[in-house]
Order: sequence, then structure tokens, then C-alpha cells
Amino acid sequence: MAKIKNKKPLAATIDIVPKDSSDPWVYSPIIKDHFFHPRNLVLKAEDVKNYDGLGMIGSPACGDMMKVWIKVDKKTDKIKKMKWQTFGCGSAISATSMLSVMVSEKGGLPIDDALKIKAQDITERLGGLPVRKIHCSVLGDKALRSAINNYFHKSGQKHRIIEESKRIIDKVARVTDHDIEEAVLEGARTLEEVQKKTKVGIGNPSVLPEVEQLIRFYSEKYFG
Amino acid sequence: MAKNIYLDYASTTPADKRVVAAMAPYWDKYYGNPSSLYRLGLKSQQAIANSRHAIAKIINCQPEEIVFTGGGTESINLAIKGSVLAKKEKIHIITSMIEHPAVLNACSRLNSLGHELSFLPVDQYGLINLKDIQAAIQDNTALLSIIMANNEIGTIEPIAEIGAYLAKLNKQREKQDLSKIYFHSDACQAAGLLPIDVQKLHVDMLTINGGKIYGPKGIGLLYIKKGTLITPLIDGGGQENNRRSGTENVPAIVGLAKALELADKEKNKEAKRLAGLRDWLIKEISQKIDKTILNGHPEKRLPNNVNISIMDIEGEALLLYLDEIGIQASTGSACTSNSLEPSHVIRALGCPYEMAHGSLRLTLGKYTRKEDLKYLMKHLPVIVKKLRQVSPVKVNLKKVKESIAKAERKIIKV
Ligand SMILES: Cc1ncc(COP(=O)(O)O)c(C=O)c1O
Ligand code: FES
Repeated sequence: MAKIKNKKPLAATIDIVPKDSSDPWVYSPIIKDHFFHPRNLVLKAEDVKNYDGLGMIGSPACGDMMKVWIKVDKKTDKIKKMKWQTFGCGSAISATSMLSVMVSEKGGLPIDDALKIKAQDITERLGGLPVRKIHCSVLGDKALRSAINNYFHKSGQKHRIIEESKRIIDKVARVTDHDIEEAVLEGARTLEEVQKKTKVGIGNPSVLPEVEQLIRFYSEKYFG
Repeated sequence: MAKNIYLDYASTTPADKRVVAAMAPYWDKYYGNPSSLYRLGLKSQQAIANSRHAIAKIINCQPEEIVFTGGGTESINLAIKGSVLAKKEKIHIITSMIEHPAVLNACSRLNSLGHELSFLPVDQYGLINLKDIQAAIQDNTALLSIIMANNEIGTIEPIAEIGAYLAKLNKQREKQDLSKIYFHSDACQAAGLLPIDVQKLHVDMLTINGGKIYGPKGIGLLYIKKGTLITPLIDGGGQENNRRSGTENVPAIVGLAKALELADKEKNKEAKRLAGLRDWLIKEISQKIDKTILNGHPEKRLPNNVNISIMDIEGEALLLYLDEIGIQASTGSACTSNSLEPSHVIRALGCPYEMAHGSLRLTLGKYTRKEDLKYLMKHLPVIVKKLRQVSPVKVNLKKVKESIAKAERKIIKV
């Protein structure tokens, strides 16, 4: 073991009595602001009367739910408004609120750009999220994509619909790449942890190398 | 000044000033090692002996039947693992689905080492049924561990009744040459508010900790009835009669004894006062907020526990709002747990996920006053209304109640 050099006496460098007199809060100040003052929330039925696309998504992680309505300017193909409702924790509420700002600010976001919004983009705008809360912000961009697909469907642009692709990884346990992605988002990082959540490869060990590769991929993608 | 209303006494309690005062001399005045033979050491030894005596009197046992540990979790581990590891053969353990994680995980650890394990179900109020215990017992059953009063929902289990049944059964089993079934009860939540008499409860082991009874954290005790075979988990210098090695935490032991002494003197009156506040609060919430369900038993309930599921909202968001107005509370929502699993206790009641999500636990204590609860009730309905506006979920209360009534309740053997 490496020898630890102790230049300063520990007592001089460590003070266990907090010096910071400001109030600590679990999340960043931006999240706090969006949590207590959510933007673009649906307050009454009229708010979403003439929407162009509706998306809804449930999180298998903790049973949370998100609903998103969008209004699209058909000429410019830009999202003009996004309204939402979220059943979930503080960061889920703030993430949806922030997403609604991101797609409707500066005259609206072109749909093609909105489709590219990733969980990290939302997280970044929020000033960071605790690791175990990343999955809440993923909920937002998924709900938005589902609303856009709904708009494509309703406006006769079926060719633009993007299926959230799923690929079967383990035929025995019926586990898809999607399930592994979810497991990683829920905090699983090792094969064992992913197996605990999905049962992948337990009756079918030949798929394990691919599973391990996917775990690395998704861990890198979300937590890199 | 900003309000600060602590309604999370089940999580931990502030130390009573009298406890702090009792502990004070043992930090730097009487700091001797209890194992040293000079007078300074004997002073510490004496303090431990006096504490042990005082506690023995309160819980009605012999002083040597008390082992001091590093907290509730350690006492539980010593009771469960210590008694099972003292056996040569693989045995069967019974516990309930609503135990503290310390019990559940200690039992699961033994299960992974090859011991059998059964989990008892509870009814929709969180009560364990003696019939289920009878059904779960096997020839090789050697341990039953049941929580005395639940930390989340406050339900008080019939420990004395179970203990009396086991005592009788053990006499028969002795004749049949079957193993004795040891009975452990986790009384961490109960100790500060309910009478604890280990003879009347017929327990072989009982866990109490300091952090829930206005004593110090990181100190606990395990009552071990004479004749109960226990393998120590912490080996070393042989302190605590060879059952828990390591230099004793003298100030904390003194603090634990003082806390129990104060609880013993004051708990009757305090329990009555708290029960009044509890019932007022439960009534207020159910009258002022629609779509709520009380979790736990309506009567067999800790006098300081209120646990209510508020439909269509999520607990973490609710706690953040309450924190903002200076109220500290707790929830069984999945979003606040590290595993993203909702409370296993609320789920065991037969409740769907939504109910665990919106569960709000308010636990009252020594410093809770009616006006604190009035302040809470001034704000809670407004916050709930706000959060329901944010939420797309609209559960059907009748359906939820039906599904609780219909929920499957059976013994799970692993
Ligand atoms: C019922 C119950 N058992 C055990 C414990 C664990 O005690 P400790 O935190 O002292 O280890 C607690 C408190 O956290 C509890 O409420
Ligand atoms: S929505 Fe459940 S953790 Fe964020």
C-alpha cells in the first residue's frame, strides 16, 4: 500500500462543524426554482384544448408518470407550446418544467431539433442532477418524443414517426436492450445488478457478453 | 424567525437535556477505560454497572441479561445471527414482511448461508396473525423475530400473546426433542412509549436503541434471557461478558440508561397526550383533504404515529414543500429510497404502488404542540391541492380500497 504523507495535521484541514451558513437543499437552485414555480403547467382543461400532439410515459423505475401536450406551428414545423403534468419527485417535476422551456423558448424549437433533445441536455440546463435521479429527466424527453409522434400521426406525416426501437437480447427471459437501459438508469452498473432487475441471461448465459457490453454502453451514455 | 417543526420523531429524537447532562462527566472527567483497575477505570465500570442495573429494573430482567451494543441494527444482528450461528445445523427462521431492514437483511444473509426463512404476511392494518405463525412453524424452526411496534405505520403487534404461545409450544417441543424456538422482538419504536416488561412479553431477546427515545444515537441494548445461546459477532477483549467486545461507550451507555429512566417515568402521561394529538391530526387530515387512506391500525397504534396516503401525489415532492415551510416529515415513496422501491411496509398492507408513493408519515414527540399541528393543517391542504394540479394521476379511491381488501396474503418461504 502506498504510504500516506501527512503534511498538514488533519485537524487543521478538516472541520466537521459546517461553516456554510446558507441553507442546504437537495437539488440545485435552478431545480428549486422550477419545482416551486413550474413553467407551462396545465392548470385547467382549456390550457390543452387545441393541442396537436399528446404524449404520455410511465417510468418503470419508480412508477412515476408524465403527460405532455404540444402545439405545433405547421408552417415553420416548430413547437410553439408545451404543456405538461407530472407525477413524480422534485427533479421529475423540475425536469419537465425545464424541458417545456427548452422547446418553446426563442420562438419555438424546430421539431427535428426537439427530437434530438437528450436527457443530458435537460440535466445540464438544470445545473446537474443526483445520479439516482437521472432517470426522472429521461422521462421528460421520452414523453416529448411520444407527443411528437402523436402529432405526426394526427397530421398525416406517418413517414416521420420514429419508433422507439427495441431489440430482443435474451429470448428466454424476453429482455430487450430497452430493459437493460432502464436497469442501468435505475442504478444497476454491474452484470449482477442488472440480472437482479431483469433476469437477463440467467437461463441463457450465451447472451452475457452482449449484455455486459450494453451495460458499459448505457453507463457511459448516461453517467460517462 | 423561520418555523422549525419536527414531525419525524420515528426517524430519530433529539437528546433530552437531562440525558446530555447525565452523559457530560463521562467524556473528559471520568474517561477511564472500564477495564482498568485503578480508580478512574472503576468509576467508568461503576457507571456501566449502575446503568445496567437501572435498565434491568425498568424492563424487568437481571442486569447480566443486558448487552450494550452500537445501536438497534447491531442488537438485531447479534440477536438474529448470534442465535442462529450458535447452532450446528441448518435451521428455519420466521419473521414478518414489515420488519426494519436490519431484521430483513440479517435474516436474508442467513438464508444465503443455507438457513430456511419464512416471511409472515400482515392484514390490511399491519397486524400479524398468530395463526400464520402456527402455520409457518416447522420442526427445525429455531428463531422468530417480530417487530413490537412498526416504525412506518405504528401498528403494535401482539408480542405478549405470541410470546405466551411460543413458551407453551416450546414446552411441548422439548418433550418431542425439537429445537427451542427463540423469540426476538425489535422494540426500538416501542421502548419510549409502551410498557416494556420482558417477562410479560415472554421474549428471549429484545432490542432497544437510544436514538429513538431521546437518548444518544449509536447505542443500543440487547436483552438476552439467561440460557439463550448466542455466538458473539464482534470478537476481541471479551467485554460485555464476552458477548460484545470493544471498549464500552460509557457516556452513551449512561445516556441510554437515563433516557430509559425518563421514558419509564414519563411515558404514561406522554403517551396519553400524544394519542390525543395523533387522533386530532388524523381526523383533521381526513376531513380537510379528500382521497386519503390511513395506513396502519386505527387503534393498535403507537400514540405518536400518523401515516396517511394522499392519493394522486408523490411523497418526495410533498416533503420538499413541507420542508419549505419548516416542517420535517417522512414518506414511503419510491422516489426517496435509494433502491427506487416503494416502502415494503406499505406494500405489505396490500396497497398498490400509488399508495406507497403518496404516503406521508408524521411522527409526534415530546416537543410537539397542538399549535404546531394547526400550522401544519393550515398549509397541508393547500400544498396537496397544488401538487394534485401538477399530477396527471387520478386514482379511484374505491378501486384502491377494493384492491387492498382483495390483496393476496400468504406466508412466503425462501
Ligand atoms: C424499528 C427499528 N428497528 C431498528 C432500527 C435501527 O436502529 P439503529 O439506527 O440504532 O441502528 C430502527 C431505527 O432506525 C427502527 O426504527
Ligand atoms: S420521479 Fe421517482 S425518483 Fe424522480
